[in-house]
Amino acid sequence: MNRAGIVSGQVPLAVRRLGKVAYRDAVTIQDKLVRDRRDERIPDTLLLLQHPHVITLGSSSDPSHVLASSDQRASLGIELCEAGRGGDVTYHGPGQLVGYPIVALEKRRHDLHRYLRDLEGALIDGLAELGVQGHRLQGLTGVWASGGKIAAIGVRVSSGWITSHGFALNVAPDLSYFATIVPCGIEDRAITSLDLELGHTVAMTEVENVMARAVAERLGRRFFV
Amino acid sequence: MPQMGESITEGTVSKWLKSVGQSVERDEPIMEISTDKVDAEIPAPAAGTIVSIEVDEGETVEVGTIVAYIDTEGVLSDNSSAASVATEPVLETPAPTPPPVEIPDPLVPPASQTVDSTAESVDEESVPTEDGVRSRSTPVVRRIAEEHGVDIALVTGTGHAERVTKQDILSYIEVGKEGEVDPTTAATSPQSTPAHSEVSDLWKTFYGQVQNPEFPVREGDRVEPMDKIRRLTAEHMVVAKRVAPHVHSFIEIDFTAIDRIRKDSKEQWQEQGARVSYTAFVVWAVSRLLPEFPQINGTVAGNNIIYRGSVNIGIAVDLDPGLIVPVIRDADNLSLVGIGMKITDLAGRARSRQLSPDEIQASTFSITNPGVLGTLVGLPIIPKGTAAILGTGAIEKQVVVIEDNVSGTDAMVIRKRGVFSLGYDHRLVDGADAARFLAGLKGVLEAFPEDA
Repeated sequence: MNRAGIVSGQVPLAVRRLGKVAYRDAVTIQDKLVRDRRDERIPDTLLLLQHPHVITLGSSSDPSHVLASSDQRASLGIELCEAGRGGDVTYHGPGQLVGYPIVALEKRRHDLHRYLRDLEGALIDGLAELGVQGHRLQGLTGVWASGGKIAAIGVRVSSGWITSHGFALNVAPDLSYFATIVPCGIEDRAITSLDLELGHTVAMTEVENVMARAVAERLGRRFFV
Repeated sequence: MPQMGESITEGTVSKWLKSVGQSVERDEPIMEISTDKVDAEIPAPAAGTIVSIEVDEGETVEVGTIVAYIDTEGVLSDNSSAASVATEPVLETPAPTPPPVEIPDPLVPPASQTVDSTAESVDEESVPTEDGVRSRSTPVVRRIAEEHGVDIALVTGTGHAERVTKQDILSYIEVGKEGEVDPTTAATSPQSTPAHSEVSDLWKTFYGQVQNPEFPVREGDRVEPMDKIRRLTAEHMVVAKRVAPHVHSFIEIDFTAIDRIRKDSKEQWQEQGARVSYTAFVVWAVSRLLPEFPQINGTVAGNNIIYRGSVNIGIAVDLDPGLIVPVIRDADNLSLVGIGMKITDLAGRARSRQLSPDEIQASTFSITNPGVLGTLVGLPIIPKGTAAILGTGAIEKQVVVIEDNVSGTDAMVIRKRGVFSLGYDHRLVDGADAARFLAGLKGVLEAFPEDA
C-alpha cells in the first residue's frame, strides 16, 4: 500500500520532454517504456515531443486516405510509417505537440472508451486554459474547435493496461501538409490549430506545461517534472 | 471477447499473437484487438495450450463471444500428454487428480472475465439456436455430435456455463438419452460437484422471501400499514443482515485540520454557492481510498467476487420519517467542492421526493451519519450488494493527550474528534483490510490535502 498515494489520493506522472524525435524512434522508445512500466521500473510517464513530417497508418487505416503519391511525399520530405495504434491515417509534423502517455491504468480505469474520453477531456481542459473552446463530436474521437479538428487521438493499450501512443495537438503546424491525407478518414472536415483559433502565437513550452497538467489531472495523477 | 469498456459492445480481432498448439503463460498477450481509435493486447486468462481459435483475424464479434479455447490441463501433465492434448484437443476430460486451486476451471474461455457476460451467455444458451449450439460446445464435441448424428441442443451441459463437455456428449450417445450421466464421472468433473446443488437449494429456502412475523394487537394500539419506503427498508435490512456476516471496526479521527480548511475556505465556498460539510470531506477521502481497497468496493455474488469498476458513494439521508440513500456516482472524479454541491443537491431533492430511480441505485459503498444528533457512533447494516458501510459518529470537542513536538513532553489539548465505524461483510473483507482502510481514512482526513 502506497502511503504517499493514499494521502494525496494520486500517483505521480513524470513528464519527459524529448524535443524533435523521428516517428520510428518514438515507436521504439515507447515499446521500451511500456515494458519498463509493466515491470515497474519507471513511474507513469508522459512523453512530450514533436515529429518531423510523417504520415502514419493506424490499424484501421484505409490506404486511399493517403492522398500524396510517393513522389509527392519524397519532394515534401514526408515519411510513411505503420503506427501500431488504433485509428486511421494521421499526419504529424513540426508545430504539432505530440503527447504519449505511458500509463499503467488502474482497475477502475480499465475502459478503453473512458481512456479516450479522458484524453479528449484533458485536451479540452488545456485548450480552455489557453483560451480556446474545444469540444467533442459524437462518434468522432478527437477534439474540435470552431475552425475544425484541432487534436487527433489514437492509442494502444498493451498487456497489463499499459497505454502508449496518444494525442497530437495542432499548435502552429503548416496546415497545408494535411492536404496530403484524409485525416483520420474523416472527409469534409477542416483542420485548425491553436494559433489560428487564437489569432496569435503561443510558445510550445507553455502549451506543453498546460497540457501536461491537464493530462495529469484527468488521469488522476500528480504532475511532476 | 473481453469487455474492454462499459460502452464497448464489440471488438475486431486484428492479430493473433499465438496459434493453435502453442502454449501460453497466464497474462501473456495472445491477441490484439481493435475498436475505434484503440488497439489493445489481450492477455491469456490462464496458462495452458491453445487448442482452438474460433474467431479469425479481421472478424468483428460481440463482447462475450468465445474467441479461443485454452486447455489448462496440458500444463499439469508431462510433455507427452501435453502433446496428445494438443493433437486431440480434449477440453474437459476429468483430470486424474483434482486440479490445483489456482486453476478453478479446466477450461477458461477469455469471455468469462465478468460475471455479467457469463450470465448473459447462459441466457442466450438456453435458446438452442445455431449460435447457442456453437457457444455451448467445443469443436471436438461438435465433431463427435456430427459423427453420431446427435443434436447438441438436446444434450445437458455440465461444463462451465452449461457448456456441453466431451463427457456429456459421450454419455449421451452411450445411454441414448439426455441427462443420464454416470454419477461417478459426474462427481469427478470439477464442474458438477453435487455439493453445489445442495448449497443452492439451501440458499433458496433460507434466503426466500422476507416474511415479517405477526404479533397480537393489544387494546389502545394503533395499526397502520407500512408505507413503501418502510416496507422496502425492512426487507432490505433483513436480507442484508441475513446474507452478510457483519463485523464492525472503529477508529477515532481528529477533525482539527478539516475545521481549519473549512474556516479558511468558507468565504470562497460561499462565493461558489457551495456548502462543504464534514460528510463531503469524508466522501472525498473515502472515494480516493476505495480504489486501493477493491474488496471493500466490491461484493460477493454467488461464488464470484465483483470488484466494482467505479466508486459510487451512497449517502443515507434522513427523511423523518424514513430513510433514503441517494448515490454520488464516480465520486472519485469529483473535487471536494463538487462533492459538497452534489450532496446538497441530492439531499435536497431526497427530502422533496424528487430523486430519479437511477439516483438511488448502483452504490458501491455507503456512508451513514448516526452522529448527526450527538450519538457517539452506530453499528450500521451493510446495504445488500455491497461490502461495507461507514458510520460517522458525533464530532465533538474533547480533551486529548498529545506529545508536544518541541519539548517532547505530553500535553492536554482540546481537539475536535469523532469515532467512525466500518461495518463490513466478513465473507469478503477481513479485519486487517478494514483496519488498513480505517487507518488510511484517518491519515487522509487528519492531513487533508489543501488542493482537494
